[in-house]
Amino acid sequence: MNKTSLLDRIRGNRLTLPLAALVLILVFDAFYAPSFFKIRIQDGHLYGNLIDVLNNGAPLALVALGMTLVIATGGVDLSVGAVIAISAAMGAVLINPALGNELISNAILTRDATNTPLPIILLATLAAGSLCGFWNGFLVSRARIQPIVATLILMVAGRGIAQLITNGQIMTIYYTPYFWFGNGYILGLPVSIYIVAAVFLLAWVLVRKTSIGMFIESVGINAKASFYSGISEKNVKLLAYTFCGFCAAVAGLILSSYVHSADGNNNGLNYELDAILAVVMGGTLMTGGRFSLLASVIGAMVIWTFALTVYTLGVPANALLAAKAVLVMIVILLYSDVAKRLTGRLFRRKGA
Amino acid sequence: MEKSAELLRASNISKSFPGVTALDNVEFSLRRGEIHALMGENGAGKSTLIKVLTGVEHPDTGTLELENKHIMVHSPQHSQELGISTVFQEVNMCTNLSVAENIMLGREPRRLGMIDWNAMEQKAKQAMKRLDIEIDVSRPLGNYSIAIQQMVSIARSLEIASAKILILDEPTSSLDVNETRLLFDVMRKLKNEGIGIVFITHFINQVFQVADRITVLRNGQLVGAYEAKSLPRLQLVAKMLGRNISDLEAVSKTKKKHSTTEKKESLLEAKGLGLKGSLEPMDLRLMESEVVGIAGLLGSGRTEIANLLFGIDDPDTGSVTMQGRKVERFSPLDSIKNGIALCPEDRKAEGIVGDLTIRENIILALQARYGWWKHLSSQKQNEIAEKFIKLLDIVTPSPEQLAKNLSGGNQQKLILARWLATNPHVLILDEPTRGIDVGAKAEIQKLVLDLALQGKSCLFISSELDEVARTCNRIMVMRDHKKAAELPGDAKEQTIMQTMEGSL
Repeated sequence: MNKTSLLDRIRGNRLTLPLAALVLILVFDAFYAPSFFKIRIQDGHLYGNLIDVLNNGAPLALVALGMTLVIATGGVDLSVGAVIAISAAMGAVLINPALGNELISNAILTRDATNTPLPIILLATLAAGSLCGFWNGFLVSRARIQPIVATLILMVAGRGIAQLITNGQIMTIYYTPYFWFGNGYILGLPVSIYIVAAVFLLAWVLVRKTSIGMFIESVGINAKASFYSGISEKNVKLLAYTFCGFCAAVAGLILSSYVHSADGNNNGLNYELDAILAVVMGGTLMTGGRFSLLASVIGAMVIWTFALTVYTLGVPANALLAAKAVLVMIVILLYSDVAKRLTGRLFRRKGA
Repeated sequence: MEKSAELLRASNISKSFPGVTALDNVEFSLRRGEIHALMGENGAGKSTLIKVLTGVEHPDTGTLELENKHIMVHSPQHSQELGISTVFQEVNMCTNLSVAENIMLGREPRRLGMIDWNAMEQKAKQAMKRLDIEIDVSRPLGNYSIAIQQMVSIARSLEIASAKILILDEPTSSLDVNETRLLFDVMRKLKNEGIGIVFITHFINQVFQVADRITVLRNGQLVGAYEAKSLPRLQLVAKMLGRNISDLEAVSKTKKKHSTTEKKESLLEAKGLGLKGSLEPMDLRLMESEVVGIAGLLGSGRTEIANLLFGIDDPDTGSVTMQGRKVERFSPLDSIKNGIALCPEDRKAEGIVGDLTIRENIILALQARYGWWKHLSSQKQNEIAEKFIKLLDIVTPSPEQLAKNLSGGNQQKLILARWLATNPHVLILDEPTRGIDVGAKAEIQKLVLDLALQGKSCLFISSELDEVARTCNRIMVMRDHKKAAELPGDAKEQTIMQTMEGSL
């Protein structure tokens, strides 16, 4: 029998590294920013930094879910940030009583009401994002454009589209039911957490309870052999990109709801890079292949825990990017082959 | 320097990987100016030994001596500096660079800090001349045949730090008869210059053509080192297998038995099937319980037939009927649904999905047929995997191992398993026995005949004529992208060969 020691199994598990990173940051917080762990109850809702991590990190976790599938096929989606902006703009315009037309009185504009029913707003928002994803998938799978180039098109054009939708304005939302997605609470926890859980469940069922997950991995590892085995590489990729667009749309919904506005230039800015970082931290290779949804979500949590820790320590907001650069550097070094060989040697010596 | 002086000695080499002992106290020695064949079945430890010699892997125990001096090989680069050069099975060079650039890559002659192109081409030309090959070194490497590319690879290895030892890992697996002859000439020339050559191959004929000594490994252990002249061919095979070679005879008997079965129905018929530039229109008919061989040189159109029938390529003329129904759409998925299966020629690029488990690799095509939503339960997946691992005798500790960890022969069996799992009526095998050992070859041939007995039909493409003659009821010979002749299954090897070359 092939017996592997507990130590080896822990080392081999893809959740180990992102979890270790998360624990490391939390331990650091325990010493230097103990207030990080304070959770208080106010009006039956939980408040505190840890809750903020989950709430603020929700959009990134969502985008990371979609990005995981895309990266697993051997591609990448640079347009998720722009897609967030497009779907946010879509939502804001539909809520607006004049559908973005400026020539109405302020009294009507700022009314807490909308002419479009909420379910239609939601459907249109999600459809807009999914359509963007479908377009990316079409370019990659049918037009055979390299993923990085194909999604770059929408990354650049997408923010323009978002501004077209909102007439170039930052559009403020006054419709309170819409705020629930980014600010509401269920049983003391933010609604966004439940949304992430729901999308995670959807993704998990999609990839692990059907054969789509295996096909995605197979295409990512060896596209040619997958084609020879009868797998439609094109449709697999199309689905992955479409789902990624859908996830970005849900993220756009939460983000615009959270800040009560849609801003074509700034909604979801740099989300594509954070999402890629989260996926890489989750151990999915950029070349495609094996993936773990949970590991990517933990990766997203690491990024937000880190960001909030930096804020809590009083580092000015404009230094956050520099601090993040350090995190990225550490992550990349930890995941390098050299580091793996080093830890491997360390473990073997201990075992001997 | 006397000629038989020892160049390299490896003593008591052991190496284990998790779960397997790849090398167990192995000895190996190489003399100056000899061609030393390293033989063994898949998984015998040949590759691991080479990796130890070239610094890719570090041995757990054992010592290496180069010219009686103790050495430690730290890395492949270090081994090159020591004078040990390797040409790997897959030619890994830059086909879009010129021959000269490939040879001199990283050691370009410079003048005033710039690359001196003239000097570079001169040097490259000399390096190729040393192998008695004169080609235009300024043309891209990709313009030349695989054989020439291999020569360039050898020239490159020799150019680096004056190689004393040259390791050739299955250099002939993608060469035709003439190209192989060319390679052997080069090898003999280098041998006369005093270079020690380690030659790994699965072709037993070739070993006796060029090798001076033969070292046989089996299951990571040394069986022995022998002078090639004093080792009969049958004994070599017996030593490699560690048992008697009665399997091959059994194959012939099965064929006789089943060729007498009567009443056959046509399964697959192709009429005027062709694709411009790859296959001229031809007819093909596969009957129930029939094994049809396709013989032909590399590039004769044999793989093209397989690709057209399976829907990798779209034919532009002709039609295919499967069990009386016309095939409308050509794609692998449609073919799988029609009951056609293809084990492709290039098992690494087109077959194995290395980072998936053995279980997943086995059910891949079957699951593709079922589609996205009709997911095989994990219990069902395990049943199928266990069944075929047992049926084909795939050597692995568990179905959850990654496919890339299997040895070549077992990977080939794994791909066969994938296709057998789809329960095809027509099985197309493109070079199913390339690069695998004698034992596994016999097993695969026997399997093909068993399938025919069950009423299935096989299209058996192989460049090994004795194998084609042994297994097939009919033999189609391909030449220059068209069907040259159709011969009966008992045709002599000589006849097939002459038809292939065009002298008949």
